[in-house]
Amino acid sequence: MLLYIVRRLLSAISVVFVTLIASFALFFLAPTDPAGVICGPRCTPERLHDIESSLSLDQPPVTQIALYMKGIVVGRDFTTGGVTRHCDAPCLGYSYTLGQPVTKMLLAALPVTLSIVVGGAIIYFTVGVFTGTIAARYRATPLDRVTVGASLLINSVPYFVVALLVALYAGFLPQSGWTPLLTNPLLWASGLVAAWLTLGLTNAASYTRYSRASMIEALGQDFVRTARSKGISERRVVYRHGVRAALTPVVTILGLDVAYQLTNALFTESIFGLPGLGVLALRSFAQYDLPVLLGTVLVGSVVLVLMNLVVDIAYTFLDPRVRLG
Amino acid sequence: MSDQTIPAPEAAPREPRHRAADDAAYLEVIDLQVQFPTADGMVRAVQGLSYSLPLGRTLAIVGESGSGKSVSSMAVMGLHDARVARISGSIKVGDKQIVGMSQDDMRSYRGVDAAMIFQDPQSSLHPFFTVGDQITEMYRAHNRVSKAKAKERAVEMLSRVGIPNPKRRVDNYPHEFSGGMRQRAMIAMALVNDPKLLIADEPTTALDVTVQAQILDLVADLQRDFGSAVVFITHDLGVVAEIADDILVMYAGQAIEHGPVNKILGTPLHPYTWGLLESIPALTGEPQPLHPIPGMPPSLLAVPSGCPFHPRCEYKSRVPDDMCGTVHPELVPRTADVTRASRCHLRDPQGIFETEVLPRLP
Repeated sequence: MLLYIVRRLLSAISVVFVTLIASFALFFLAPTDPAGVICGPRCTPERLHDIESSLSLDQPPVTQIALYMKGIVVGRDFTTGGVTRHCDAPCLGYSYTLGQPVTKMLLAALPVTLSIVVGGAIIYFTVGVFTGTIAARYRATPLDRVTVGASLLINSVPYFVVALLVALYAGFLPQSGWTPLLTNPLLWASGLVAAWLTLGLTNAASYTRYSRASMIEALGQDFVRTARSKGISERRVVYRHGVRAALTPVVTILGLDVAYQLTNALFTESIFGLPGLGVLALRSFAQYDLPVLLGTVLVGSVVLVLMNLVVDIAYTFLDPRVRLG
Repeated sequence: MSDQTIPAPEAAPREPRHRAADDAAYLEVIDLQVQFPTADGMVRAVQGLSYSLPLGRTLAIVGESGSGKSVSSMAVMGLHDARVARISGSIKVGDKQIVGMSQDDMRSYRGVDAAMIFQDPQSSLHPFFTVGDQITEMYRAHNRVSKAKAKERAVEMLSRVGIPNPKRRVDNYPHEFSGGMRQRAMIAMALVNDPKLLIADEPTTALDVTVQAQILDLVADLQRDFGSAVVFITHDLGVVAEIADDILVMYAGQAIEHGPVNKILGTPLHPYTWGLLESIPALTGEPQPLHPIPGMPPSLLAVPSGCPFHPRCEYKSRVPDDMCGTVHPELVPRTADVTRASRCHLRDPQGIFETEVLPRLP
């Protein structure tokens, strides 16, 4: 198991590496002029050149990538106008527009997104599996039809519309905003409640349908019939034997969804005014802030690869037939 | 292998296997109907099935897929979803009436009075729980005992069905067992509460041929020890000859021939049973072309009028006035022998069998 994790992590590093090279190349091919942006409208050629050399933009692309990688591994020095700043590893450069170290900006934004997504996931997974299971147990009854209808209805409204409606009309919810968990857990939670509910309830609709489908399949399995023939209660048949089998595919989707949402929580963050990764990525994209943008891509790929690993490891606990190695 | 020396569970006084035919029935099915309403109409899966079975005897129910053999046995176990199936008639097990039984009563009936072994042990055991877990769950559902006691019982049962090293095996998952061992575990589970009625639904179909024989021996063995009544569902006539006392041949949801195994297989009196025997390839002598039953089993949505077998029957022209297509034959004794019955209008089925069918048989 440990060996497996080490091997997976090594392959994860290569995936992240390839992602970085690819996005680096894409940004270089794009007709952007970061030095010009930083320099502003009244720019002298000398100052432009100075900025370009301080950002190593005058170097060939391969050298730039190498410097960037070096920064991640051992740190890197930047010289602007004769002043040298050392950027500690893992160094992702400085923001063109804000001058702050990218690593610091990402580390500030990551907990925000993480809090939103994990909190939301707990809500939608629990609610979704619960209602989906009930719907499957009472399949084809009015209860089931109402559940399926409601989840379809919620799903057909675009997510950002729901988020906007919550932000505009749910006045009873506490004011949204970001407070680090360690500073004040109560404020942290109250500032995230609106985002959690929005993310949780809209996704709960999908999870209701996933769990219902998975549960209906599980309840049709031979081993559920065996369980019934044992003379145990129907509740036990459904909730012990059925749910246990139905959970595995739903957990797979959960892992991929969480990874996706960690890199795409843009609507939630911007509507509820939470300074997370999505907002950061959008802002840096709009301002050609390449180091920050690259940083968010890096975090995104790391998150995706890690979540896949987590799902695979979770399998070994869910399904005894799965052995990693 | 020292684990195997654990003594077999103390069974009730052993019953002799073959008992007089007038023995009181433990399982009695009277005019059972099982129907499933569907969008296409009513599926008549079982129609007017009646049979009885005393303790210590084995009844084989034989027929093609869709003949109603599994559906009728599921009804005996009370496993049909009341929202889907319409069941009428009477099923008595001991002094309990199964048709229309409440869910609560059903719970204390299933697994105690009657237990079932299913066709494919691979899919019938829960893949995520250990074998021991699944056996103890069934034991503890009906006995107020500690987990440790229940596990002891599980080990004892596994050893009884011939699983080597049961103390270690009890903590294995089904996928760590071979096919034959899984079926043994399934049998151990079914027998954990000493049921008086055991229903085996094609328990050897999914298994290797060499393992099949072992499982059959095991079931016969256990039946002798526990003195239970066994319903054995199969489409393998070889299996029937080996383990059954009585045989019930089903076609299109109806019993078409019923009686002691040696008589029915020795001189079958229904053209469908002839067809079944003629479909078995000979293992010795010159290869002969098989003589299969023409056509397909009928749809249970529209069972043919008259005798349900008549569209496929090669002998229907021997019956005058197209009776086969219009008059539904009764399941009654057709010869002087009242221990057997068949559902066929033919005047002299025994003569036809002996002069025409028997010479074709290998």
